[in-house]
Amino acid sequence: MTDGRLWSLFIDSFWKILLPGLTMTIPLTVIAFSIALIIAVAVALVQFANVKILKQLARFYIWVFRGTPLLVQLFVVFYGLPNIGILIEPFPAAVLVFALNEGAYCAETIRAALEAVPVGQLEAGYCAGMTYLQIIRRIILPQAMRTAFPPLSNSLIAMVKDTSLAANITVTEMFMVTQRIVARTYEPLLLYIEVGLIYLLFSTVLTGLQRAGEKRLNTHTKKGGN
Amino acid sequence: MLEIHGIKKAFGSLQVLKGIDLHVNQGDVVAILGPSGSGKTTLLRCLNFLESSDAGTMVFDGETFQMNSISKRDIRAIRKKTAFVFQNYNLFLNKTAIQNVMEGLVIARKMPKEQARDIARKALDKVGLSDRYDYYPYQLSGGQQQRVAIARAMATEPEIIYFDEPTSALDPELTGEVLSVMRQLADEGMTMLVVTHEMSFACNVSSHVIFMEDGVIAEQNSAEAFFNAPKEERTKAFLANFNQ
Repeated sequence: MTDGRLWSLFIDSFWKILLPGLTMTIPLTVIAFSIALIIAVAVALVQFANVKILKQLARFYIWVFRGTPLLVQLFVVFYGLPNIGILIEPFPAAVLVFALNEGAYCAETIRAALEAVPVGQLEAGYCAGMTYLQIIRRIILPQAMRTAFPPLSNSLIAMVKDTSLAANITVTEMFMVTQRIVARTYEPLLLYIEVGLIYLLFSTVLTGLQRAGEKRLNTHTKKGGN
Repeated sequence: MLEIHGIKKAFGSLQVLKGIDLHVNQGDVVAILGPSGSGKTTLLRCLNFLESSDAGTMVFDGETFQMNSISKRDIRAIRKKTAFVFQNYNLFLNKTAIQNVMEGLVIARKMPKEQARDIARKALDKVGLSDRYDYYPYQLSGGQQQRVAIARAMATEPEIIYFDEPTSALDPELTGEVLSVMRQLADEGMTMLVVTHEMSFACNVSSHVIFMEDGVIAEQNSAEAFFNAPKEERTKAFLANFNQ
């Protein structure tokens, strides 16, 4: 195969791979991560606030979803649940699994960040006459989210890459499209490097967004300056 | 205005408060002195329910409360009429100076924002921080942070302000600026209960002095009598340390 043909294959397939990246990988990541964050805040808060039964449920949930492989979770939901009559389309199934899996990890991140807020903040809130929930919402959580932001960005970047696993449950995201092109053209080295580069591109954008986000959030800490 | 009977508190097997009685009238400035570990700070924290008490009765504003079984609602009602100034300031780190002062007004007391802002400005002006409204705590010195904390305390017009070693984290110069704000508050008739190591404040500003040791009140008197004619041997020994 000539260099010229390789180059035009690279160019041709770039858009073919990028397109499902924009229509599948990114929506999957954004939707699943948003749900994961909601789960994570809730799961972290019930542990932080020591809510009796919910706290045990939270620990159980984290134990299960952190302790089993993501791929296995995808297979159980997509190929396993139909056995008991629960059929979920590939994309929603992927959203569900990624949200639950990521939620478990992010919950621990946020719990650690909540516990890192000095206890005096809570006491000062009490002395100002505020309720526990008011203090959590207005004082503790904003500070915790600032602390949690870099590790949460980590999780987000990891998740973008993990979405390639969704190819295994027939979600036509970037990796599956790449596999199909490889099957037609027999150029695995070029094409798998190419899809890798596109993932790298996505991660780079996210890293830039993380930096900008940190700058904004830093207004009330020493690093922000004024 | 505030009466305490038989307050007790133990941490595990360590009995920190062994039955404290206290009587504070409106306008009193009570300095609580005593060596480290005597229970001063624990007493103050029990009074605002930051620590639970094992026993004791509180009469506040004519109402009587059992301190070991008081409801959350009553605690919050009492806290809305009191304020607390911490040794390490405990300003809300994600809020500016003026937001720190407004928070308790707008959120806890449901005051309209504009009105709260006016009060907050006046409070900050009073503690000499009219040029620091929009500064975050990290941008302020320790003394400035503590003055914001005092502004936050007095903005809610509490019936009593508890001070827990308010100058212990400050160097002498910054201590001076905080003490002068406290003196001003005292002159205006604010009721204050001050745990402190500042003998000059206790001597010159407070109206009463309580000397604590080993979880009990060893001596309690008017400030003048306490410093000029201490009754107890232990008090004399304690004061001798400062007169050398």
